[in-house]
Amino acid sequence: MSIEARNITKRFGDFAALKDVTLQIPAGELVALLGPSGSGKTTLLRVIAGLEFPDAGAVFFDGVETTERSVQDRGVGFVFQHYSLFRHMTVFENIAFGLRVKPRRERPANERIRARVNELLKLVQLDWLAARYPSQLSGGQRQRVALARALAVEPRVLLLDEPFGALDAKVRQELRRWLRRLHDEIHVTSLFVTHDQEEALEVADRVVVMNEGRIEQEGSPDQVYHQPANAFVYRFLGNLNLFSARVQDGKTYIGEPANGFVAQSDGHRPLVYVRPHLLNIERRPTSENHIPAWVKHINSAGSLVKVELATEQGERIQVEISHERYHEIDLKKDDAVFVSPRDMRVFADT
Amino acid sequence: MATTASPRILTAPRTKPRVRTDPALVRWALIAIGGVFLGLFLLLPLAAVFANAFAKGATAYMAALREPEAASAIRLTLLASAIAVCLNVVFGVAAAWAIARFDFTGKNLLITLIDVPFSVSPVISGMIFVLLFGAQGWFGSWLAARDLKIIFAVPELIPVMQALGGEEEEAAVTLGASGWKTFFRITLPNIKWGLLYGIILCNARAMGEFGAVSVVSGHIRGLTNTMPLYIEILYNDYQFVPAFAIASLLTLLAVVTLVAKSLVEWKTERQAAEHDSVTEEGL
Repeated sequence: MSIEARNITKRFGDFAALKDVTLQIPAGELVALLGPSGSGKTTLLRVIAGLEFPDAGAVFFDGVETTERSVQDRGVGFVFQHYSLFRHMTVFENIAFGLRVKPRRERPANERIRARVNELLKLVQLDWLAARYPSQLSGGQRQRVALARALAVEPRVLLLDEPFGALDAKVRQELRRWLRRLHDEIHVTSLFVTHDQEEALEVADRVVVMNEGRIEQEGSPDQVYHQPANAFVYRFLGNLNLFSARVQDGKTYIGEPANGFVAQSDGHRPLVYVRPHLLNIERRPTSENHIPAWVKHINSAGSLVKVELATEQGERIQVEISHERYHEIDLKKDDAVFVSPRDMRVFADT
Repeated sequence: MATTASPRILTAPRTKPRVRTDPALVRWALIAIGGVFLGLFLLLPLAAVFANAFAKGATAYMAALREPEAASAIRLTLLASAIAVCLNVVFGVAAAWAIARFDFTGKNLLITLIDVPFSVSPVISGMIFVLLFGAQGWFGSWLAARDLKIIFAVPELIPVMQALGGEEEEAAVTLGASGWKTFFRITLPNIKWGLLYGIILCNARAMGEFGAVSVVSGHIRGLTNTMPLYIEILYNDYQFVPAFAIASLLTLLAVVTLVAKSLVEWKTERQAAEHDSVTEEGL
């Protein structure tokens, strides 16, 4: 089922959590709402769920307005960051809850409920834990039970609020791959909130980047990563180095601007953004676009070698190079080198 | 094995590490002061109540309890506190729910109002009730003898409900549960020990209440006397055995309440401990 949020505005006292947000999610997609805390992503999710009501704007499910509908009637499955399992019920009863509270006419018979719960337990690979209580489960198991519980009522939309936020790094990596596989299996329209750009880029079909109550950009992980709409999106999606720039004969160079080459036509000072892995380290200057720097720190434990350099002005530069390249140029601490960008983004300094 | 260890470690003194603590004299003096205080102000009066009640033997004790006026006082006390506790549970849970879950204008006023009975003398509450509900009062002639304590269950519940947070209830609602189903299946099971604790304390307060009831009640023997009032009358009439016999019943109630309260506290703590034990053993 498709979801549409149209011109949503939501205030909490003086704080505007959402400012005229419009978002469309096609049926069957897995979409990530990505943003720093306070960007309004969770509020947007809760407005779509019906747990918050917008001050202005409307929500549509499959083109039908649902803004005035209560949570119970919307048919959404909601997964909370802290699982929110019913602590006084077993795993089995937790998952069965949504079926048991249906009005008598719609409520399935006991055997049907049991069959459905067992099916879901198998889906989340926890059938051996049916009789346990939530307090006896690990974080990852709890989150999978929460997911099974949300799926039990066959929701038309699955909404997940920072589903892996409370788990440790290794578990969250495994669980997000598992979520991706699960989504490929059941194809329910899913929207999940995260502040972890890696998680969003890895799991989602589409990423919606939010900041200060607005949507900054939406698109495929590829699009938002390689064609960021603005400096915020570029900043938020990964590590970066910031250089002042000079523009000369229509070309942009990194380094302090020399006289006469300073500004762009609009008067803003241009800033150059470069990701650490898009910088080269050279022994001798090989291109026109380079700045001198000195090696301050080398960390070679990892898939890439992380090198920290300092410029003449004392500004720090982070560079990531391959191990092969690292051995080739035989880098050592305090070496004098030249840094040049392979690719860069120019955004006006605002 | 010890080749790399420094000689200083090898020759470390063998004496046991000294536990830092106060001298024995100080410790025992403090314990003794506590013990004496406990005996003087708690155990001795408790013993005195029963000693006086049985001063003329068990027959006199039983006779005092079988007195029609005594029986009437006991009946009225039980009835009034049953009503008070029931009303309390309903109003108390409603107020606790409102305060723990919602932000509304006048919330602080409500909290202050709930705290008032703790800071104002019960006699004043009684007078207000007479003023409102008394024969010449604002609200006509029907007179509620006991439901002064409407609020005493609330303070026990607010922290419990706040700790529970709204998420489990939100989860229930997203799964299609109605408000009532959410309350009975999710909220109530989670607050039951806090609620029971409140009920026990509320019941004890209701049965033992003297000041407010003394103002409200007309002191009509066999009709509007509750146990605490009846005890006072007997005592002033120099009828010590019956007075202490009735008092011993209230004392027993206190002891039972104390035991029940400890049990509930123990149970709540164990429940809390269970919920805190998070096992993070991977997937």
